[in-house]
Amino acid sequence: MIEKDPITKVLYIDLSRRRSWVEERRDLFEEYLGGTGVAIQLLKEECPKNIDPLDPKNPIIFAVGQLTGFFPLASKTVAMFKSPLTRNLGESHCGGRSATAIRMAGYGAIVIKGASETPIYLAIHGDKVYFREASALWGIGDSYTVGRILRELEGNPGVRTIMRIGPAGEKLVSYACVVTETYRHFGRLGLGAIFGSKKLKALVVSGKRSIKPKNPKLYRETYKEIFDKLVKSPLMKKYHELGTAMNINPLNLLKGLPTRNLTTAEFEAAEEISGEKFAEKHLGRRVGCSHCPVSCIHIAALREPYETEPYFYKTKMISYDYELIYALGSMLGVNSTENVLKLIDEVEILGLDAMSTGVALAWATEMLEKKIVSKEVVGVELRWGNFDGYKKAIRMIVNQPNEFFRALAHGVEYASSKYGGKEFALTFGGNEMPGYHTGPAAHVGYMVGSRHSHLDGAGYSLDEKAAQSGKKLTPEEIAENLLNEESWRQILSSLVVCFFGRGVYTPDMVIKTLNVLEYNLTKEDLIKLGRRILKAKYEFKVREGFNLEKIQIPHRILETPTPNGVLTEEFIQRTVKIFKEKMEA
Amino acid sequence: MEVKKLSVVDVDLCVGCQCCMFACTRRFAEAGLSKSAIHVRSAGGVERGFVVTVCRACSDPPCVKVCPTEALKPRIGGGVVLDTYKCIGCQNCVKACSIGAVFWDEELNKPIICTYCGYCVEFCPHEVLKLEVGGT
Repeated sequence: MIEKDPITKVLYIDLSRRRSWVEERRDLFEEYLGGTGVAIQLLKEECPKNIDPLDPKNPIIFAVGQLTGFFPLASKTVAMFKSPLTRNLGESHCGGRSATAIRMAGYGAIVIKGASETPIYLAIHGDKVYFREASALWGIGDSYTVGRILRELEGNPGVRTIMRIGPAGEKLVSYACVVTETYRHFGRLGLGAIFGSKKLKALVVSGKRSIKPKNPKLYRETYKEIFDKLVKSPLMKKYHELGTAMNINPLNLLKGLPTRNLTTAEFEAAEEISGEKFAEKHLGRRVGCSHCPVSCIHIAALREPYETEPYFYKTKMISYDYELIYALGSMLGVNSTENVLKLIDEVEILGLDAMSTGVALAWATEMLEKKIVSKEVVGVELRWGNFDGYKKAIRMIVNQPNEFFRALAHGVEYASSKYGGKEFALTFGGNEMPGYHTGPAAHVGYMVGSRHSHLDGAGYSLDEKAAQSGKKLTPEEIAENLLNEESWRQILSSLVVCFFGRGVYTPDMVIKTLNVLEYNLTKEDLIKLGRRILKAKYEFKVREGFNLEKIQIPHRILETPTPNGVLTEEFIQRTVKIFKEKMEA
Repeated sequence: MEVKKLSVVDVDLCVGCQCCMFACTRRFAEAGLSKSAIHVRSAGGVERGFVVTVCRACSDPPCVKVCPTEALKPRIGGGVVLDTYKCIGCQNCVKACSIGAVFWDEELNKPIICTYCGYCVEFCPHEVLKLEVGGT
């Protein structure tokens, strides 16, 4: 690696003592590159065994990568912590300006420990760390407002990130997110609740430095090659034209779009909430993360009248993506773009994870439908497609006015352990299901993946190919493919390259970029390293009680046919078993 | 004499990716933002669009008027040229530029002055920027 690269600096912040210091950790960055690879090592060092996720000792780790600032799309920050939702490894990735700001401030990682007694926010401007009073920000009902206030309080616009929590984080909802800039999130697994438990309202980071590579010619040439590929390649087209929302129609045609709590995988109103419809009716602006020419962030402009006064309108800018439309649209039977957008907006205001929220409300709806709980217990009427009920219910997850919503704020797994309905509680490893009911690979991927995310091993992609070709995959093939894909993705997330760029950042391309960073690694080296990083995460999970032999399969996924046929428990168990053997080999 | 200047064609095309800012520092074979003579920030939140700040190559540049050492000299056809040896790092030029297009190099303690080279234009994916002939 580059000799004087400041990425080796890890900023430690102790909120209990209001102290900060920097440690030189070249050892970690040299060996594990950055991002996920470094974060898991820091988590192992800092997170005591079996602690409660809301214990002040639960650390928050942010790590960026060596390519950040050097090459486009290396724009993700990896956050690690013990998740309040799964009570195990919490890992969440976020773009916006977060990664470049941390890198340009002169750090490779930030470790936040302890807890404050009163609300505070942190401002890190280059080498200066400020602990700032946040009592006046605590309790503000809208995450947008907090962003506006911090934008004016703190300097360096354009080269800073503003991470903050909304009311959901303050109220310790297990799937509260952290909003950055606006519209980007550490969405999954509840980082927002960890911020809340530490009374940490926000984190602002800014910086403007630069780093000198040894071979400028090689640097510029490699940069140009990647940039041209990213801008011209058809691989990136879907992300910038309709954005991820374009998935709605094809998934629905394939009959893999989870609908009404996956009682079906085909939504009769899919066309009405498709990427095409959103673009046609509402697309108001497209935005990119820092150092990413793709601009996949699609923002709708929604014009709404005020009902109380004639000729009074507001225009709200609301960001949409596939997973949000699935969770708050098809999963709830909500069939218009306007209503989906309003639910997304509510989730954004409160600072919740949209996917967990949608799946939680879908489960609650079915509980009411099946009369397992009464309307009196739930406190709000939830019916498929009933926008008003869902809008109220989202707020109730945060305000928790009754026992039912107090349970639901801990996630579907917890709520179903108290109220029943486990057979249709769509959670995997404690995390609510992503929007792909494509076949066995997707579901096994959710079960075995280190984050219980569709992005771990991309099983949906295996399923889609299998469905199109008509060639069924064996358990052996699925396990092998998931493990290889997730291993390789550890390299990308250690370099913090956005997974959307995976078609351009091939192993050969990664090797080229690493040459600029003065690494001489082969493809085999990278594959081995990826596997080691994945294994380090797996070991942490096992340490915290994760057991692939005790995996729970929600019965619902066996009932509703997938594009690859009806799934069987036996097939899934066999695939998981093979995966476990391979992982532990 | 034919001179070039940088202009912002349509700021509403800007997606805020900041590739231009990174390109500008890369001219000096560095990765990052410390040498950038172009700046992109949101207009109070990304939902409101962006502010792209470039040197307009003024025909009567205020930064020249306040330079006490003649380190900044008018360029024929508009804009300025910096002689770093004469610069004493007083930052008068930064304050004088009403559009904030004189940036500061913290490492060298000198202003960062756009040279109208057009390198950033090559890396703007949406043709927000253009290198035009002629000063203002």
